[in-house]
Amino acid sequence: MANLKTTEKKTKAQSMGLHTEVLTGKTQQKFFNPDEAENFYYWGTYDVDFNKRIDLDVNDLDCKEANKKIDELMSQGYGTIVIKNPQGKHSLGVGVLNKLNLIFEGSLGYFGVGSIDGPTVRINGRVGWSCAENMMAGKVVIEKNAGSCFGAAVRGGDLICKGSVGARTGIDQKGGTIIVGGDAGAFTGFMMQRGRIIILGNVGINLGDSMYDGTIYVGGKIGSFGSDAIESPMTKSDVDWIKRKLKVAEIGENFDVSKMTKVVAGKKLWNYDALEPTEKKGAI
Amino acid sequence: MCGIAGLIHRGKSSDVGNELQLMLQALKHRGPDSTGYALYADNDGENFIMRFKVGENVGEGSTSVNEDDSVYDKRKELVDQMLKNLNATVVKEEKLTPYSYRYEMKYDQDLMEFSKKIESIESVEILSIGKSLELIKDLGDARAVSERYDLGKVKGTHGIGHARMATESGVDIKSAHPFWGYPFSDVSVVHNGQLTNYWNNRRVLENKGMRFMSECDSELIAVYLAEKMRNGASLEEGMKDSLSGLDGVFTYFVATKDSLGMAKDTMAAKPLVLYESDDLVAMGSEEIAIRSILPHEIDTYDPFDGEVKVWQI
Repeated sequence: MANLKTTEKKTKAQSMGLHTEVLTGKTQQKFFNPDEAENFYYWGTYDVDFNKRIDLDVNDLDCKEANKKIDELMSQGYGTIVIKNPQGKHSLGVGVLNKLNLIFEGSLGYFGVGSIDGPTVRINGRVGWSCAENMMAGKVVIEKNAGSCFGAAVRGGDLICKGSVGARTGIDQKGGTIIVGGDAGAFTGFMMQRGRIIILGNVGINLGDSMYDGTIYVGGKIGSFGSDAIESPMTKSDVDWIKRKLKVAEIGENFDVSKMTKVVAGKKLWNYDALEPTEKKGAI
Repeated sequence: MCGIAGLIHRGKSSDVGNELQLMLQALKHRGPDSTGYALYADNDGENFIMRFKVGENVGEGSTSVNEDDSVYDKRKELVDQMLKNLNATVVKEEKLTPYSYRYEMKYDQDLMEFSKKIESIESVEILSIGKSLELIKDLGDARAVSERYDLGKVKGTHGIGHARMATESGVDIKSAHPFWGYPFSDVSVVHNGQLTNYWNNRRVLENKGMRFMSECDSELIAVYLAEKMRNGASLEEGMKDSLSGLDGVFTYFVATKDSLGMAKDTMAAKPLVLYESDDLVAMGSEEIAIRSILPHEIDTYDPFDGEVKVWQI
């Protein structure tokens, strides 16, 4: 059981240069007792049944009303929610923090399914800018095209667009995988920090500009490399991993993965090796 | 932020006034200060249509100085006198608001000289001259402007429009979009973004005799393209040249009597969603603009960085 007051922690903190701060107080301590259910409660989540399905027509609802309704349906145990007539509305399906089958029969506007943590989302149309921004976990599949800033600051999960995407795909990406079946615009992987991007088509100019870390795989032509981005040899594990991911994403069935170009960060960041092992794990 | 929208019906005419109103109203949240329309209407094509203003709308959050309506009337009389001096024959005259007019007229000489003379009258600005172009801009949202100028019944082939959030110049009609491609008849431009080499370009263009009516950076695009076309470039050539000639972030639309074009800067920093079919092209800053006139499921996409497209009617 973690007790941050222990001498061992204090010594470790001092060895890292933190000489004065010691975490104290109840808010920093978490003692899990199986009898206290509230300690395992994750705010905003529900137990849902995937076999319990419902349709929700959002034609006459604004995004707040629609999202509130989705939340309400999850609280009633619905595990499969089909959204009808999204009509390109912004910010639909944001902040879903548990397992859920969410299906959109149509297109979304900006910030569609942003800040999600866990659901499986299928969008049978197109998405606007910043789709799945800050996604933590789950799987999002878009059947058509996506706008710019696709998967901005994604931290985990799989984000798949079967069509083409706009500029700055995976900007500030911090983890997870972005897969694009078509082409991608300029500044793909801009300031990317971790995670992986797979583009089966062509990419625009300044690929991987100012990337810190992470890997970008490109199947088509590259407009130009951004600063700090360089080509790296494809390995067998790269090929195997991409094949597995494409199979899960259900795209690129006959795509010759071995001929893809692998792009990584060319510069080593200051103090990057001093990352905690857990953080390094997140980079993979 | 600003929102822009445009559409072109290929091979047929439609309720373009009402359609553009719906598209711009859907983008109201991007630009609440003023709304402008450049509609290419089914006019007979015989006479020039001149839309001009003799003052500003001083209500609705305007940054303009308040003026008495009698001042507007005096300026209008001066315009009428100047038209007589220029041998222009006014066929039809409409007073749309205390400060704006629509004239149908016959004129067969140089439009640049004509415009210079008319605009030499204090506070008079020609919003547009063309045989099919009807350029309307005023303060308020798309619905309010459409109702004020009765645009719902305008039929035509294509149009572009703009919902403006004033950032770099005042809340007034002179800074509102669209901008007329002075001195070319039937040329108009709307823009979403910021141009960072406005003053450098403006100095060069003014030295070449081009005219600026506002200090809005977007006006530069209209003047820039007009100057290129004046020197023999096609619209598409001028637009491609603008990708390197204009610095900053931009998505803009330009329309002529028989065409509609779009250009996106090389960083693709400003949004644009496009729907393209055999008989209709509709585009806007956000998909909801397109959905407002095409509610059924359609395929749309974002044009890539540095892309220029031109469609003919």
